[in-house]
Amino acid sequence: MTDATAAHAVLHGVTRVYPGANPVHALGPIDLSITRGSFFSVVGPSGCGKSTLLDVLAGLSPPSAGRITFEGQPVNGTVPDGVGVVFQEDSSFPWLTVRDNVAFGLRRIGTDPAEIARRVDHAIGFMGLTDFAAAYPAQLSGGMRQRVCIARTLVLRPRLILLDEPFGALDQQTRLLMGDELLRLWRETDATVLLITHALDEAAMLSDRVGVMSARPGRFIDLLDTGWPRDRDSRIVSDPGFGAITARLWSSLRTESMKAIGARA
Amino acid sequence: MIRRREGLLDGALIVLVILIVWQGLYAYAGAVALTPPWQTVRYAIGLFGTPSFWGHLRGTLAAFGWSLLISAVLGIALGLWLGAFRFAGDVAEPMLTSLYTIPKVTLYPVILLLFGLGPSAKIAFGVIHGMIPVVLFTLGAVKTIRPVLLRTARAMRLSPMQTARHVLVPAVLPEIASGLRVGFSLCLLGVLIGEMFASQRGIGFLIINGINSHNVRLTTAVTLIVILFAVGANSALLMLDRRLHHSR
Ligand SMILES: Nc1ncnc2c1ncn2[C@@H]1O[C@H](COP(=O)(O)OP(=O)(O)OP(=O)(O)O)[C@@H](O)[C@H]1O
Ligand SMILES: [Mg+2]
Repeated sequence: MTDATAAHAVLHGVTRVYPGANPVHALGPIDLSITRGSFFSVVGPSGCGKSTLLDVLAGLSPPSAGRITFEGQPVNGTVPDGVGVVFQEDSSFPWLTVRDNVAFGLRRIGTDPAEIARRVDHAIGFMGLTDFAAAYPAQLSGGMRQRVCIARTLVLRPRLILLDEPFGALDQQTRLLMGDELLRLWRETDATVLLITHALDEAAMLSDRVGVMSARPGRFIDLLDTGWPRDRDSRIVSDPGFGAITARLWSSLRTESMKAIGARA
Repeated sequence: MIRRREGLLDGALIVLVILIVWQGLYAYAGAVALTPPWQTVRYAIGLFGTPSFWGHLRGTLAAFGWSLLISAVLGIALGLWLGAFRFAGDVAEPMLTSLYTIPKVTLYPVILLLFGLGPSAKIAFGVIHGMIPVVLFTLGAVKTIRPVLLRTARAMRLSPMQTARHVLVPAVLPEIASGLRVGFSLCLLGVLIGEMFASQRGIGFLIINGINSHNVRLTTAVTLIVILFAVGANSALLMLDRRLHHSR
C-alpha cells in the first residue's frame, strides 16, 4: 500500500504547533502516504487541524517537526510545482471577472493566449459558470464563487489537488452533482486528489480511501479503503456497501466530535 | 447610472447651499465684506479674460499638480512599504495619525527655512497636507487585506513582484483612491495657504491681496472659483471612488 513508487505525497511524523504566548498544538504527529492517482478524503471534527494539514502538505506553512515529500522531493515552506490548492474561504479576486479570475494563474506563467482561452472556456463550462463569465464575484452566490476558485486551480492542471471543504457552501443536490463532476475530472486527469470535507456521505461516495482524524491535535484514528471501482458516481449511495462505510466513519468520529464540542461521551 | 446622478446631485446640492448661505451673509454683512452672487459670477467670468489672472492660475495649478503627484507617489510607496513590514507599520501609524491631526501651520516656519519663498515652499505645503492621508489609507488597506488572497498568490507560486503587482495593488486600489481623494482636497488647501503666506503669485496670493487692498469683488470671485473647482473635482473623484468600491 505504501510502496515508494506509488506514493505521491508522504508525511513522516509531521506536527504543527502554532507558536505564540499560548502555543496551539494543532496537528499530529501524522504518518501518511497518499497513493499516486488516488482519491483521498479527510474527515474530522471541527477545529481538529484539517486545514492545518492542508497548509503544511501544500508547503504554505512549515511543519514544526517531521518531513514531507511530494514526488520524492522535500516540501519546505514553498508550494511545489504541480500542487493546486482550493482554500476553505472564498479566495476569488473581487477586482476580476469570473473569466479573468480563472485565467489568472495561466497568465502569470505566460501560457499562450489561445491556449488560455481554450482551457478557461472549458473550465468555466465544466463548473457551470458560462452565463456568469463576465460577472464579478460580488454578483455571485457563495457556492458559485467557490466554483470560480476550483476552476482557477483546475486550469493549471495540478498533479496533486488539495481541496478544503470546497462544497461547504452548496446545497445537498448541487453538492452531489459537483461530486460527480469532481470524480469525472479525477478520472480524466489522473491527478491525485485530497479532499477535506465535513460530510461523511461525500467522503464515503467519492473516495478510494478516507482518513478519520481525532479531535485536536489531529491524528489519523482510522484509515478506511472503500474499494469502489474507478468509474463510480453518486448512484453508489444506493449500494449496500455505502451505508456500511458511512456507519463505520460515524462510529469512528462520534466520540471525537463530542470531545471537540466539549461534551461527555 | 443612478450612482453617477447621485454624485452630480451631491455637487449641485452643495452649490445650492453655498448660494443660500452666501445670499444670507450678504444681507447680514453687506457690501463691505462680500459681493452678491450674480455680480460675483459675472466678475469671475471676466477674470478669465485677463492675462494676469491666467498667470496666477497657472502658478497655482502647477504647484498643486506637483504636490499632488509627490503626495501620491511618496504616500503610496510609503504606505505599501510600511504595510509590508507589520512592525514598522504598527510604530508609524499612531505617529502619522497624530501628525495628521496637529495644525500644520506650526510647521510653516520650518518649511520656509528649508525651501525659502517661492514655488517649492508652496509645493512642500501641499505635500505635508496631502501626503499623510494617502499613507494612512494605503497602510490601512495593506494591513486589512484578506490573508487568503496572499495565500492564493503563494499557492500559485507568484514571485514577490507578481504578488505586489497582481494581488496587493489591485486589492488595495479602492482604498488608495479614497486616500487620494482626501489628499487631493488637502493638497489644494495646503498650496493655497502656502501662497497666502509665502508667495507673490497664485490664487492664494490673489485672495490675500484682495483682502489687504479691500478689493471685496476680487476676493469673493476668486474664492468662488476655488470652491467650484474643489466641489467639481471632489464629486468627480467621489464617483470614481464609488465605481472602484462597487465591484467588491
Ligand atoms: N494561525 C493560527 N494561529 C493559532 N492557532 C491556529 C491558527 N490557525 C488555526 N489555529 C488553531 O489550530 C486548530 C486547528 O485549526 P484548523 O483550521 O486546522 O482546523 P479545521 O479542522 O480545519 O477546522 P474546521 O473544520 O472548522 O475548518 C484550531 O484549534 C485553531 O484554533
Ligand atoms: Mg478548516
